[in-house]
Amino acid sequence: MNSNFSSFISGLVFGLGLVISQMTNPVKVLAFLDVAGSWDPTLAFVMADALLTLGLLQRLIRKRPEQIQDTDLQACVNPKAGVDAKLISGSAIFGIGWGLSGFCPGPALIGLTSGLAGSYVFAGAMFIGFFLFNRLHRDR
Amino acid sequence: MTYLIILSALGGGALIGLAAAMLLFFNNRTAGISGTAAGILPPWQQDTGWRLWFLAGLVLSAPLWTLLGGTVHIQIDAPLTVMAIAGLLVGYGTRLGGGCTSGHGICGIARLSVRSIVATLLFMTTAGITVFLVRHGF
Repeated sequence: MNSNFSSFISGLVFGLGLVISQMTNPVKVLAFLDVAGSWDPTLAFVMADALLTLGLLQRLIRKRPEQIQDTDLQACVNPKAGVDAKLISGSAIFGIGWGLSGFCPGPALIGLTSGLAGSYVFAGAMFIGFFLFNRLHRDR
Repeated sequence: MTYLIILSALGGGALIGLAAAMLLFFNNRTAGISGTAAGILPPWQQDTGWRLWFLAGLVLSAPLWTLLGGTVHIQIDAPLTVMAIAGLLVGYGTRLGGGCTSGHGICGIARLSVRSIVATLLFMTTAGITVFLVRHGF
């Protein structure tokens, strides 16, 4: 299959999954994170089912870590890579932003179709964050 | 009602897993949204094409779902200044940590990566603490 076509379809199916499970809705995601409030466990079902599906299909696909091209994520693809300070501080910072807004990157991009000002502001700021990382850490 | 929500959660979760498996099978890529999106910014590499196609599909899923008769639920309660700060933290944090909910939380954990398990536990915890402080702390 043409690689651009397959990535387009993959993006479309991924997005439909987020939309159908309502993980695109910050209010619903925040209700999952609010364990002390009226807790909404939906996100746990979504993640567990996505993990189960991918885990099963992955067994059929059988890719070795070195076959997977994403250099950025090599460390999460390779099960033997170690935990370092960047992983810990980056994930902690991400969680604070996620908890403030209810948006993680995928839902934030889909949010651009909502016409809500908060979506545009968040997505713009997120790309500034990506850019900041590239400037600070990637142009060695 | 409740069981409809559980059904759509399970259906949606299965689609997310299927999409990640497709990208792995056809493109040899992990479906990490933060890495994919950040890769369209400079310094440019040779692989911008598939990223743009993936992101286009992702964004177009919402109008497609509407076209099929579904409802796209997006409601934002936080003020714009909070959304701006949160966006910066999510953008910078996901790159520094090497992944987000999709890359670490789904693709990485499905591969039983220790890094991804640690990252996911951490961002879930700091997100939970943040929500607690905002809603119940002050």
